[in-house]
Amino acid sequence: MEHWIKTKNNTKLNLSDIPSLSISDLRCSIIEQNKRPIGFFGKDWGNGETRLFVVLADDDNGDLLVSSALFSADEKSYESITQDIPSFHIFEREFYEQFGIKPLNHPWLKPVRKNQNEYEFFDMKGEEVHQVAVGPIHAGVIEPGHFRFMCNGENVYHLEIMLGYQHRGVEDLMLKRPSNQLAESICGDSVIAYNTAYSQVMETLRGIEISDKAKLIRKAALEMERAAIQIGDMGAIAGDIAYSMGAAVFGVTRTLIINTMLEWSGSRFGRGLINVGGVNFDISEDEITSTLKTLDKVGKDVDRMTQTMLKNSTVMSRLEKTGTVSFERAKEIGLVGMAAKASGVDLDSRFDFPDKWMHELGFEKKYFKGVGDVNSRFKLRYKEIKESLSMIRKILNKLKEYKNEPILTSTDNELAKDAFVISITEGWRGEVVHIAMTDSEGRLSKYKIKDPSFNNWYGLALAVRNNGVSDFPLCNKSFNLSYSGNDL
Amino acid sequence: MIMFFVNLIILLFVPFLMTGVIKKTKTFWQGKKGPSVLQPLYDFIRLMKKDFVISNTTSFVFRIAPIVSIVTVLFAAMLVPLASGKALINIPAGLIIFAYTLGLGKFVALISAMDTGSSFEGMGASREACFTTTVEPAFFVTIASIMALSGNYTFDSLVNITANAGNYGILVTVFASVVLFIMILVEGSRVPVDDPATHLELTMIHEVMILDNSGSDLALFSWANAIKMLLISSLIANMIIPSGITEWISVLLYLSVVFIISILIGTVESCMARIRMSHVFEFIFVMSSLALVVLSLVIARMFGG
Repeated sequence: MEHWIKTKNNTKLNLSDIPSLSISDLRCSIIEQNKRPIGFFGKDWGNGETRLFVVLADDDNGDLLVSSALFSADEKSYESITQDIPSFHIFEREFYEQFGIKPLNHPWLKPVRKNQNEYEFFDMKGEEVHQVAVGPIHAGVIEPGHFRFMCNGENVYHLEIMLGYQHRGVEDLMLKRPSNQLAESICGDSVIAYNTAYSQVMETLRGIEISDKAKLIRKAALEMERAAIQIGDMGAIAGDIAYSMGAAVFGVTRTLIINTMLEWSGSRFGRGLINVGGVNFDISEDEITSTLKTLDKVGKDVDRMTQTMLKNSTVMSRLEKTGTVSFERAKEIGLVGMAAKASGVDLDSRFDFPDKWMHELGFEKKYFKGVGDVNSRFKLRYKEIKESLSMIRKILNKLKEYKNEPILTSTDNELAKDAFVISITEGWRGEVVHIAMTDSEGRLSKYKIKDPSFNNWYGLALAVRNNGVSDFPLCNKSFNLSYSGNDL
Repeated sequence: MIMFFVNLIILLFVPFLMTGVIKKTKTFWQGKKGPSVLQPLYDFIRLMKKDFVISNTTSFVFRIAPIVSIVTVLFAAMLVPLASGKALINIPAGLIIFAYTLGLGKFVALISAMDTGSSFEGMGASREACFTTTVEPAFFVTIASIMALSGNYTFDSLVNITANAGNYGILVTVFASVVLFIMILVEGSRVPVDDPATHLELTMIHEVMILDNSGSDLALFSWANAIKMLLISSLIANMIIPSGITEWISVLLYLSVVFIISILIGTVESCMARIRMSHVFEFIFVMSSLALVVLSLVIARMFGG
């Protein structure tokens, strides 16, 4: 029997086709494959049994590998995979937390979202070591999360991040009442990415093919979201180093983009724009013209401010060599998305799992030669904004050719039975992965969400090691990870 | 006598205007309209009317700190010549009393921050203590050198630099002004040393020390900080403004220098990012080296040919 079944992004798979191995075989096979995990989750399989599904991404070929293992009722532990492939650490912790099946010899088996009272903080002894505890409630308007620094004076030895305060049980809610409204509320800064991923899952399960126009509008919105948030983050980085001019200019520029989204969809963050079957709002010819004009202004402003900042020695001395995550480390712990790209890892699911438009519109993946410090993440944002703006221009020009196409395809198709679908969307932060499963009656039986933050929080902890504690906010802002996307 | 009241009014109200002008300058650089220059005064009045919350881990130190802080700063302010080169009270050895009265206020603020038991405030206090101790020698060397020129150890000697220093006067004034300007940035908790606008507990210095203070306590601390900036600006103003002009022109010149300094502070804050915490000392050492330049100029003047 084959150990893995190959599938593609947004492709339906029959549950019965997924191999079911013993955990020791699966473990060996995972280590043999040595690929990036994007899904590793359990599902209650009746009679006290638990089935563990594993999805690996083959980024070079655009394939997804799926396999599973069945744990009988009395199998309560297995040899952890993390010891051999560290990037599984957070996935195994989550699996343990949800199903109580213990990965043996896991080096860092701490709670992910629940049981915060039992969280055992890393302990350092020594007269000069002091701990600084921050949060879960912070002075700024940000989400809750607890950070604990082990410091020597101003120097950080180690940072522990305890999350879970935003846990709302989203994955369970999704089974009870799946809706676009729910999907876009999971992570407020990635509305389009989450809603696209959800809609694609539902469309694949229902067998709906949406119109080209709707696809283009979704794509444009996704890039708008990326540009808006990246510009906002550049402003936030400027604000953190007290460079108020940068904070002000980027703040104004971001507003131009989100106000354009407001014109498109009635919501500055694009809420309500995307629906299963297509999109709810068309972009008229006038809106295209005015958007293109706005984008020109945005492009110019971002260029000017970024150049001003990169020429300012005081700014550069703050950004350079702060919060570095090396390429090797990034690979090892399995960073994804922006954080990985900034360390020089070549990962972008828009290009690794492309749809036909990427080729047709002539978008090319450009490697970013980053060294993993705050400066790299700052420059990467600049690069992504420029790319996004040029992509939006091309998409909008293409959109003019599809004047009379419908934007919403509605069908009453039932969900496919016993199906398994993986949908990957590259949000601004990185890959947003939604995986859905249906039962024999065509009802959703499992909905699994993976935000890029889930992989990347540990990267932040590594980044601040041996940095000044006063540089933490800057490092944190340069990653800008999501609490709600992680806590679900 | 009338100058006494003019100076008293300056001492009480100009600090608010200074902060207002700094904020206005910053908003100008950001392309915003910004609040009125009187906003810090309105804030002060608003805070004075408010009640305060006091953590039950604190002791009496926390209660008396704001008052000690404002009293010491006001007392120090009386020793310094303000408009038209006149101090409110004149006592010999003003420099030592001035520096250590301010030191006392700072010390009480530090222990009050530590009194709260918060790890942030401890960090803020240690940073503040660290920077203050590095600033102090430079301040002493600069001012004492200038005083040595006149042989009269009161602040009056600042007013007559040119008379005492002759050809060296301009050089001494320029270098000493830069030293004092950097001191304003450090003592006034301005960018590039500290960021008065931040809300990030881990990077703050002055702001984190007063994190637990609210209502009138907070108002007094902010006011004291603003007065401190005015004091050091006054030292600069008195060095620059020539003596022997009519009192009222002197007052006008004094006010313009103070507001030009505020605009400069605002501009520095807008065009510079904050220095990395571990590099702040390098910035302060610029000040120390300039202080030594002042000292050598004075030595050259006194013992040279």
